[in-house]
Amino acid sequence: MKILTCPVNGPRPVSEFAYGGEVRPMPDGATCSDREWADYVFNRSGVPGVKIEWWYHIASGTWFHAERDTVTDRVIRTWLPG
Amino acid sequence: MPYQLLRFAFASKHPEPRMFRAPERLKDTYDAVIIGAGGHGLASAYYLARDHGMTNVAVLERGYIGGGNTGRNTTIIRSNYLTPEGVAFYDQSVRLWQDLSQDFDLNLFYATRGHFTLAHTDSAVRTMRWRAEVNQHFGVNSELVGPEEVRKAAPQIDITCGGHAPILGALYHAPGAIARHDAVAWGYGRGADQRGVEIHQQTEVLGIEVQGGKVTGVRTTRGNISTPRVLSAVAGFTPRVTNMVGLRTPIYIHPLQAMVTEPMKPWLDPILVSGSLHVYVSQSARGELVMGASLDPYELHATRSTLDFVEGLAAHMLDMFPFLSNARVNRQWAGMADMTPDFAPIMGTTPVEGFYLDAGWGTWGFKATPVCGKTMSWTVANGRDHELIKGFNLSRFERYELTGEKGAASVGH
Repeated sequence: MKILTCPVNGPRPVSEFAYGGEVRPMPDGATCSDREWADYVFNRSGVPGVKIEWWYHIASGTWFHAERDTVTDRVIRTWLPG
Repeated sequence: MPYQLLRFAFASKHPEPRMFRAPERLKDTYDAVIIGAGGHGLASAYYLARDHGMTNVAVLERGYIGGGNTGRNTTIIRSNYLTPEGVAFYDQSVRLWQDLSQDFDLNLFYATRGHFTLAHTDSAVRTMRWRAEVNQHFGVNSELVGPEEVRKAAPQIDITCGGHAPILGALYHAPGAIARHDAVAWGYGRGADQRGVEIHQQTEVLGIEVQGGKVTGVRTTRGNISTPRVLSAVAGFTPRVTNMVGLRTPIYIHPLQAMVTEPMKPWLDPILVSGSLHVYVSQSARGELVMGASLDPYELHATRSTLDFVEGLAAHMLDMFPFLSNARVNRQWAGMADMTPDFAPIMGTTPVEGFYLDAGWGTWGFKATPVCGKTMSWTVANGRDHELIKGFNLSRFERYELTGEKGAASVGH
């Protein structure tokens, strides 16, 4: 079983977590064009690499950030954002 | 062992004709370059040569023929989709499938088995009824059946699924079939090769040249090519290819795993799918149970396998068929699925002139192989989208006009 380190609860099995996708800046919905908004809603950076992602520890309700290599599945670090 | 096989061991030259030529070097110029020698890429090459007279075509493959998702799927063919676009498209595919063995002069072991999508909840029954109505409207053979019909078709099934997920009904799709997936790639490959298409294995694409919004060439590990047309048919590698031409897409990659048991006597005739239990299963011509479940839950560009997957799928299989508790799992594997937000593919023209996409085939691409070849070859030859794939163009996202097929995807997502 793969282990992920929750910044609050420490190392836990990955089955306790939910994946929240890559961290992406949200454009201002009031000022951006429809096209820019569609790009934000749908398009993703699908290429492999080291990415900063949202993860959620289900049991404790903790959202946090993880830096992970999407080719090797190696988690480099996890931390609470903000 | 048949003695005639010995000649393969002792002959200095291979005694049978090869399925494909192995051209020594790339030409400088092609009318079209297809990236990816899987089923979709080779089918496109085949129909480009056969139906559109384009034979100066190269198919580039970084691995070997059919080594990607063409050889990793669970070989199920069906057309019981949910949207009008999807039903019309997949129905055309099922029709094409039925003559392919003759077309290729190669036995695809195409076997019409009947396909049950099991419903364990009232809402699932409602979706099945909806799909049956859409299918019947378009002349596709689908109907809602009760648990008795399921039991009749698969007498070994525990209709209560261990007591916690009783089967309330099913969508029955009589044309549902399975086929030998490698043979599909070989058949299309041989047919394309015989018509003059060059298949270059072990040739990785490093970059695509774009000048003034138009494709002009391809850089590979074996040299550069100039070409006005490039078709990307690379399954889980699509984002890397679209990145080469600076195109943004909604495609994201998750692994999809599958496994087979040891071969056993034939006992399971139909193909069974349960969205709630995350199981789809059929028995191959060789007697193995071929099984799949749901997508791995996060992005990963690797084809590694996990024990969690086997444990989860085996538990659900036992809910349906408790007598399998002694069956052994022989192999497991994974493929990289390029997923889209609406569970429909992304096909056709793109903002880059001469760059065509056959992508976003997530977990539903094998059954579409023939019709993808037909429609993509037409699109590449004519420079505009074929009628059947207009609903699948990349531009649908910026117009917010999605083609929602999630309800008809057999895999839990």
